[in-house]
Amino acid sequence: MNFYYSFGTVLLLLAITAPTALAFGFGGATAARSQIAPIRWFGKGYISIVRGVPDIAFFLFFVIALDQAFEYIRHRIKCPEWDEPIRQGSDFVVCQAAKLPLGNAPQWVHETYGFALAVLTFAIVFGAFAANVLYGAMRAVPRAQLETAEAYGMTRRQVTRRVLIPQMWVYALPGLSNLWMVLIKATPLLFLLGVEDIVYWAREMGGTKTPQFTDYPHGDWRMWYFFFLLVFYLCFTKLSEVVLDRIMARLTLGQATAGGEAQRKAAA
Amino acid sequence: MSCAQTFADYALRAIGIGERLLPRGDFTLCQQFTLIGSGMIWNIYFGVLALLIGFVLATAVAVGKASHNRAIRKASEWFIFVFRGSPLFIQFFFAYFLFLSLKGVWPMFSPLTSAAYGALTVLILNTAAYSGEIFYGALLSIPKGDTEAADAYGMSGWSRFRRVIWPTMLRLGWPAYTNEAIFLFHATTLVYFSGFPATQQRGDALYYANYFADKTFNPFIPYPILAGYFILLTLVVIGLFGLINARLNRHLPQDRRAKIKLRPNLIR
Repeated sequence: MNFYYSFGTVLLLLAITAPTALAFGFGGATAARSQIAPIRWFGKGYISIVRGVPDIAFFLFFVIALDQAFEYIRHRIKCPEWDEPIRQGSDFVVCQAAKLPLGNAPQWVHETYGFALAVLTFAIVFGAFAANVLYGAMRAVPRAQLETAEAYGMTRRQVTRRVLIPQMWVYALPGLSNLWMVLIKATPLLFLLGVEDIVYWAREMGGTKTPQFTDYPHGDWRMWYFFFLLVFYLCFTKLSEVVLDRIMARLTLGQATAGGEAQRKAAA
Repeated sequence: MSCAQTFADYALRAIGIGERLLPRGDFTLCQQFTLIGSGMIWNIYFGVLALLIGFVLATAVAVGKASHNRAIRKASEWFIFVFRGSPLFIQFFFAYFLFLSLKGVWPMFSPLTSAAYGALTVLILNTAAYSGEIFYGALLSIPKGDTEAADAYGMSGWSRFRRVIWPTMLRLGWPAYTNEAIFLFHATTLVYFSGFPATQQRGDALYYANYFADKTFNPFIPYPILAGYFILLTLVVIGLFGLINARLNRHLPQDRRAKIKLRPNLIR
């Protein structure tokens, strides 16, 4: 049963992460275009650091780092009278009240917390990729369109809101759909973050013996479980490809791009 | 223990030469640098061999996908679809358990259950699919004039392919192929997290970085070291591929040469 639930976990992760990463990406791209230098440096730094390093290292890094950052902040707020150092040799020690989740919290809180950390990590990493795509898309919007808007007397903010953002999607979509595919393919990495996802359950259920169930009526079926996962992902990416192609066709309608031109000619 | 001593003990630890036990307590910066660097041997081993063998296979797949023979074309398309449509992580798991079951039937498969050969096989097939798609795209965008010129010179078959089509294909696909090579090196970090066992704690760079992070609860030292090594590796790859790119483009005027640009890093 848990095996089937874990598919829900993966879909839920995708459903939450995609918009969050898009929001991060939007923030990053806007920051990278900002007129204020420190914000611009921050945006560009965010994009380039995450891009240069193997992502799996980021996944492993952020989960611990975020966890410790949260605990550290809570520690500073909740236990101001604590005087021992937090890093004692190779231990990370915070007071009891600052533990996240609380030591006496029920099991589902622990699982939800782990899941939330995973989502945040995914959002940070994929946010950087999305920021890069959106940054490129914003620069790809034809200058003439923005100049027309300026000629109508719009302020910089109005130009961004009314012309730049609606127009950039057609340029962003190829990159974003690529990113979506990559995001789908990155979901098995949840396993590394300690969430009990499909990879975990495939390993558990397929094996002959597990810590949880001592005896199975079958031999080593892990190969078949993973084969099933492989097929699941193949179907999922294929489906996404079809849907994204439709969205792209809809977005190119009437655009001043090669795709839009081809559509116009086909109709005429 | 001096740093030189640590280096002598652990510099080749990843391939089983030197001290047997990993350091247990009082981790010094020197130990972390040495061990993680020693793990890079495996990353480079996987990356270089997969690139070399995968390159040959990729050319075959690309030519196969452009073939007029329906059976060959379909086979290549499916090969590319399966390896590009599913997560590398799941591929590793599936392959490991597949080899494990095969080993039970035919003992000659037993080397493939070790990371050094089994994971390498998966990486070769995976990179062949990704770069096959890149080369196929390049094959389609070979200028018509080039092939017509070859025809006019009376070239056909093998000599036309070797002297005109293949170099042009490489030249056009090279910038994208450079990115693929960078991702491949990043993807090598997945090997030891996906079922393939690290015998006697001989692992890759991320394996050791993760070891230190687990032992010290401090992700802020090992992961940045790992990141530093990978940025260096990426720069070396860009440099080498840039040299090859310059050679492939040497007949073109300066301003028409394709530049290699570092594009966003994506997981597979």
